[in-house]
Amino acid sequence: MHAISQQLSPTTGCGGIDILEADTFVLRCFQSLPGTKFFVVAEPGSQGLDALLKNIYDLYVDYVLKNPFYEVEMPIRCELFDLSLTQLILKDKAMLGSR
Amino acid sequence: MADAPKKGTLRAAYRRAADIKPRDARTWQVSLNAFAFLFSEMVQYNQTRVDNIAELEHRLEHAGYGVGLRMLELLCHREKGNRREVRLLGILSFVHSTLWKSLFGKVADSLEKGTENEDEYMISEKELLVNRFISVPKDMGAFNCGAYVAGIVKGVLDGSGFPARVTAHFVPVEGQPRPRTTILIKFSEEVLQREARLS
Repeated sequence: MHAISQQLSPTTGCGGIDILEADTFVLRCFQSLPGTKFFVVAEPGSQGLDALLKNIYDLYVDYVLKNPFYEVEMPIRCELFDLSLTQLILKDKAMLGSR
Repeated sequence: MADAPKKGTLRAAYRRAADIKPRDARTWQVSLNAFAFLFSEMVQYNQTRVDNIAELEHRLEHAGYGVGLRMLELLCHREKGNRREVRLLGILSFVHSTLWKSLFGKVADSLEKGTENEDEYMISEKELLVNRFISVPKDMGAFNCGAYVAGIVKGVLDGSGFPARVTAHFVPVEGQPRPRTTILIKFSEEVLQREARLS
């Protein structure tokens, strides 16, 4: 998707998809320095997706990259990553709900 | 003739281990992330050279053994003024507090005597530092990277004259998603006999 958007872009120097807004959803992308891309699909009008992506990236670095049993480019099957990810999402939902 | 190494060259930059004052050495800290990556690489390195899980555990234990022997020497000199432990409880409390404090910055969570056997003791920890970022895949069964810490403990015990079999196990705790880790120490016959003679 990133490669397609780079070619479609009307301006030069495009780095790929950042935000994709549609009627039923909004898609945000975060790109890390080595090029790993994180996508989050949320309901339209969601706030704080940037911070969420940053936190998810922190979790990724901690629980996936430091796991000796994870091979790069493979689907992530790390228990700790899943656990902390669900915790983060629940915390985020609780915070957004209280606003 | 070659010039003598000048000040500021690599050789002058090395600090001799003996020059490091004990005061600095005690508070010397290493980044957790750096250690996590190094440990992860160590596990991966060994994984490519073994055929089964038992061998991988054995290798990690062997890696920790050397650390244990050296830590024993170092801590005896620094912390205890070269006093030797001859009693079982003495060496156990040394491992539980002094060793754990200098390795992980805190004393171990608990030290218990085994209920079924006389020769078994258990040191438990809610989460071993080395296991903090590691999720073992389901197909590896009961494999525990804490085998490295078990090796360290074994090195300390062997070096101080208390030969034992040391293993690391996951113990599920109700109400907690993650199991806690127990280092099981099984002392050999001669240690128990000696202990009985001394009491």
